Amino acid sequence: MNEHDVHTDPGALKDLTEATRQTHFEVSEDGSPAGYKASRTLRLRVELARQIRRRRTQLVLGFLVLLPFILVVSFELGQSNPNRRSGGFVDLATASGINFVVLTLFVSGSFLLPMIVALFFGDTIASEASWSSLKYLLAAPVPRHRLLRQKAISSGILSVFALALLPAVALAVGVSWYGAGEMVSPTGEAAPFGDGVIGVALAVCYISINLFWVAGLALFLSVSTDAPLGAVGGTVLVSIVSQILDQITALEDLRNYLPTHYAMAWADLLSTDIDWSEMTKGACSALIYGGVFTLLAARRFVRKDITS
Amino acid sequence: MSRLPRLRGRWSLPVVIVVLALAAGAVFWSRSGGDPAPVPTRDAVIDVPAGPDSTESVQIDTTLYLPQQTPAPAVLLPHGFGGSKNSVKTQAEELARRGFVVLAYSARGFGRSTGQIALNSLDYEVRDAQKLLDWLATRPEVQTDGPGDPRVGVTGASYGGALSLLLAGVDQRVDTLVPVITYNDLSQALLPNSAALDQTDGATPSPNAFSADGVFKKSWAGIFFSAGLTSIDASGPTGEAVEAGQTEAVNAPATPAPGSGQGRQPTPALGACGRFTPEVCAAYTEVATTGKASPRTLDLLRRSSPVQVADKITKPTMLVQGEQDTLFGLDQADATAQQISKAGGKVKVVWYSGGHDGGSPGTQLRGQISDWLWFHLTGKGTDPGTGFEYAVQGAFRSSGAPSLRTVVAPSYPGLNGGSPTERRDVPLSSREQLIVNPAGGNPAAVSSLPGLGGALSRSSSISSRLSLDLPGQAAVFTSDPLTSQLLVTGSSSVRLKVANAPGQKATDAVLFVKLYDVGTDGVRTLPGSAVAPVRVALRPDGSPTEVTVTLPGAVRPVESEHKLAVVVSTTDQAFANAEQPAAYQVSVASGLSVPVVAGVNVTEGVPVAALWGIGISLAVLVLAGVIAFFRRRLAHDEDPSLASVPLVIEGLTKSYPGGLIAVKDLSFRVEHGQVLGLLGPNGAGKTTTLRMLMGLIHPTEGHIRVFGHKVLPGAPVLARIGSFVEGSGFLPHLSGAANLKLYWAATGRPLDEAHLEEALEIAGLGDAVHRRVKTYSQGMRQRLAIAQAMLGLPDLLVLDEPTNGLDPPQIHQMREVLRRYAAAGRTVLVSSHLLAEVEQTCTHVVVMHKGKLVAAGEVADIAAGGGEATFRVDKPEDAVKVLQSLDGVHEVHVSDGAVHAAMNGVPRSAALSALVTAGIAVDQAGPRKRLEDAFLELVGGE
Repeated sequence: MNEHDVHTDPGALKDLTEATRQTHFEVSEDGSPAGYKASRTLRLRVELARQIRRRRTQLVLGFLVLLPFILVVSFELGQSNPNRRSGGFVDLATASGINFVVLTLFVSGSFLLPMIVALFFGDTIASEASWSSLKYLLAAPVPRHRLLRQKAISSGILSVFALALLPAVALAVGVSWYGAGEMVSPTGEAAPFGDGVIGVALAVCYISINLFWVAGLALFLSVSTDAPLGAVGGTVLVSIVSQILDQITALEDLRNYLPTHYAMAWADLLSTDIDWSEMTKGACSALIYGGVFTLLAARRFVRKDITS
Repeated sequence: MSRLPRLRGRWSLPVVIVVLALAAGAVFWSRSGGDPAPVPTRDAVIDVPAGPDSTESVQIDTTLYLPQQTPAPAVLLPHGFGGSKNSVKTQAEELARRGFVVLAYSARGFGRSTGQIALNSLDYEVRDAQKLLDWLATRPEVQTDGPGDPRVGVTGASYGGALSLLLAGVDQRVDTLVPVITYNDLSQALLPNSAALDQTDGATPSPNAFSADGVFKKSWAGIFFSAGLTSIDASGPTGEAVEAGQTEAVNAPATPAPGSGQGRQPTPALGACGRFTPEVCAAYTEVATTGKASPRTLDLLRRSSPVQVADKITKPTMLVQGEQDTLFGLDQADATAQQISKAGGKVKVVWYSGGHDGGSPGTQLRGQISDWLWFHLTGKGTDPGTGFEYAVQGAFRSSGAPSLRTVVAPSYPGLNGGSPTERRDVPLSSREQLIVNPAGGNPAAVSSLPGLGGALSRSSSISSRLSLDLPGQAAVFTSDPLTSQLLVTGSSSVRLKVANAPGQKATDAVLFVKLYDVGTDGVRTLPGSAVAPVRVALRPDGSPTEVTVTLPGAVRPVESEHKLAVVVSTTDQAFANAEQPAAYQVSVASGLSVPVVAGVNVTEGVPVAALWGIGISLAVLVLAGVIAFFRRRLAHDEDPSLASVPLVIEGLTKSYPGGLIAVKDLSFRVEHGQVLGLLGPNGAGKTTTLRMLMGLIHPTEGHIRVFGHKVLPGAPVLARIGSFVEGSGFLPHLSGAANLKLYWAATGRPLDEAHLEEALEIAGLGDAVHRRVKTYSQGMRQRLAIAQAMLGLPDLLVLDEPTNGLDPPQIHQMREVLRRYAAAGRTVLVSSHLLAEVEQTCTHVVVMHKGKLVAAGEVADIAAGGGEATFRVDKPEDAVKVLQSLDGVHEVHVSDGAVHAAMNGVPRSAALSALVTAGIAVDQAGPRKRLEDAFLELVGGE
């Protein structure tokens, strides 16, 4: 195909003129054509279709499916001590399918999961800006608050899907390799398989809530820059810095105000009598950070001059 | 600076939230910093009688810690063995901050106090403490229950804990007590025998047979005794125990209390007995040298033991005992609890993760102790109850500290006629085994390293795996793998049969029985590092003696598929082993009986602040959404008189911080059916204007109306505009057709309004329309973008430099498309920097330069100068006068040597003849070519 094949047929022009002459839209009170409703713009189905057809979405989800297999293979390769019943998450990983899921969440909790959320939220607006398609969406017009909301919701759906996909695959892999035995918690408690599954499901819910701060920050950076890498990388960087500070015991109680401080609080769910206090604090911290960043993102996006 | 008024003007919720969050952070920061205020203290030396019948006196060195508010209830705080009043300074200050008057003192024979150590004798140390209560009653700072009766609680660890029990047993003035890691019977602590002939299991979780004729616990006894010799607190735990919820190990040993060695006397002068009374010294010497205790020694030890008086304690008692304690095990607290409970006292039992091998109570437990004292001395606060708490140590270590959880049962089982402890039977292999005692009891098995202090003894993971049994000296009885987890809570018991091996004639056997948790990989763990020493009398006829052995109290979750193993050994490093060589036949008479206490995990209270935080942040988010909704509603602005005018721009200005003005006071109108060209060189502000028209950029001043509706970001009227501004914007990973379809889907309008086919035909991309956009050339993208702008056949089509990147035939077609589109009843706005482009495409033109409007009107008019004429003459000044004198002609002026005038209907020929008549030579006369002039001037000027 070359440029010479690209041309407008005179017939096309005639068709257009004809169609234009015959088409006259009713106009609603707000000045829009009758077919237009702000509440119908950029529906979730449309936005999800836009995102799911992207290679990066497919790669991320594919990797999440692959990760449990990588872990299983590494355990198989390096296993000298099968079916251990004591030790930390890693030592316990092969005790049962559920313990394997817990390990998967544990190893991905500090970096991989925040990064995925940062990717879905940080990339969503910044990539549209980098493609220059953002201005056409806004001029369509998709009202700015709605564009932000729809994009945030669809990023949220993708993130939650990713967060649920990983343990789901890990559960399938874990059960087929290590069986549906008792879950052993690091505090030495044992729980039946069914309770373990519920615990993991609740853990996914908690992680989703706890990563709200990542979502908010990524969204804020996403509306602040036209470079998707800046938004995603910036968010991941903040998360890493927060985790580093969390390691500095000299900061004592100040660490409670770090957004990542309660990231692992879901481990409390692996007990028979669940202590909700840490998770409540974690949810509170995430909601406050996430809420502030989301409001800042909305404020900036609504007032911003779109120049990309 | 220019942002400040904006912030003030548009009061914004997020800003307020951030400010509040920062303020809250600052408050917490300032609160967390800084040391708490020092606690005022008063030192005093109090004289007490040296003995029951003595007229001499002993001086007790005391420190009184005062709370902020007095009078207040008092707490007597005796110290551990080898310590002094300074070793309890931290706890004393904590209690004083809590609101107690705290009396810390050095017991006789310790620190700067004079006198000799009588081992908490009822005749000496306990009377001293009673004198201190008398003294407390006289202090104005101390609340009293009556004359001479202070409101007082007693708490202390180890030696101090025993004193609290003894004092409460003899003195009714003690209102409550919290003995920590202490003994019930010192003779059984130092000379234990856990074997009983009868079969009783005991109703409590951690009973002990406490049989006579025990085995000497030589290593601990030695450490204990030498602590009295040197006044160095070697017997006490050296650090704090790990607590639940703690993520880092508090491994740093407690800093030695200042001056803890001050009271040390020159050792040589004291002789071999140090500061002990001669009786104590003699008793120790006897036991240490013979390994056995005479009745006199046992009597002396009992006289120093709470077992004497604990059955008279009726006051609320919280017993704190350590799970890592080979000196005073859980059985000691169990015995005390039974005694006090029988006497009618309220008892709460707490087993924490520390002990003499594992560390002193941590912050949380100390807080719990002060809560107990506070409730029982003031009646305020929540009732700590009489439950039973125990710590369960898991294996997970995120940064060195074992994970812990605390389990709470409603009460200590077996007390006061309560239901007895649930016991599970675990069958053991019962094969008879022969074990040998080596001569001299050496080499010996290793179970614990008492008094080692430091990291080793506190790290239960190391010390519990350190245990070593010597082959030939140990019989092993193993259970089958467990099918589910078993949480051992207290003393298991096992019934053993012991007999002399054939040919052996020993009268008794000293054996050490221990319970191992055996992992699937064979790793054995000895919970609490503790062993149960037994002395079994053997029958001369060689028939076996059956004894029930109560194993050491422990808390241990034994996982499913693990096994339990009972090991019977003839030697142990920490005890005085049998000297004579011997051989025994050992077998199991019945299985293991394992205590289990069901409870629930302690969970922290509901963090109310966090719940409020969640509620408030959700409310703020909802509120922000509602406010934004109403603001948008109010922003709608319509001028009905302009409903049929596609575009009106009035006073439009866009300035940026830093003084750059992109558009200044721009006003023009576009009427229905026009093809309007927005002409200007690069940087004239054309694109900025178009972006403002699309609602992408906020105007600094002025406004834009499209069909009467004011353009705001996302205004619904924008749906009547089709736009292409400054390059295409497509998703590169999708095809051209998919891009247009998704774009239209994003507008939410019905597909049949899109006229997608017609638009795609206009783009004329052929098969390329199904290729990914990232493979397109610049021109193809341009055509696709214009097609996208035409989707839905908008009433106003706005195109920014539409012919850029197109080749001449395509440009020609594009002009045709725009003209025909306008002719079909739509309006088109095209921007361009090319004059020819505008002249050939547009009906009307607006010329911009440096953000300002230069000229506006019909292309033909502007090209024709709008009726203005230009005359090139030899005498311009005269010409001006002549032209001004003509009726209707105005705006006459001279520029570039030519005279320009607005003719206002006056024919140019009339003006020409007037000039000629006035004798002015006219070189040239014609319409003023303003568009070109202006434009060339602009382009040339760039």
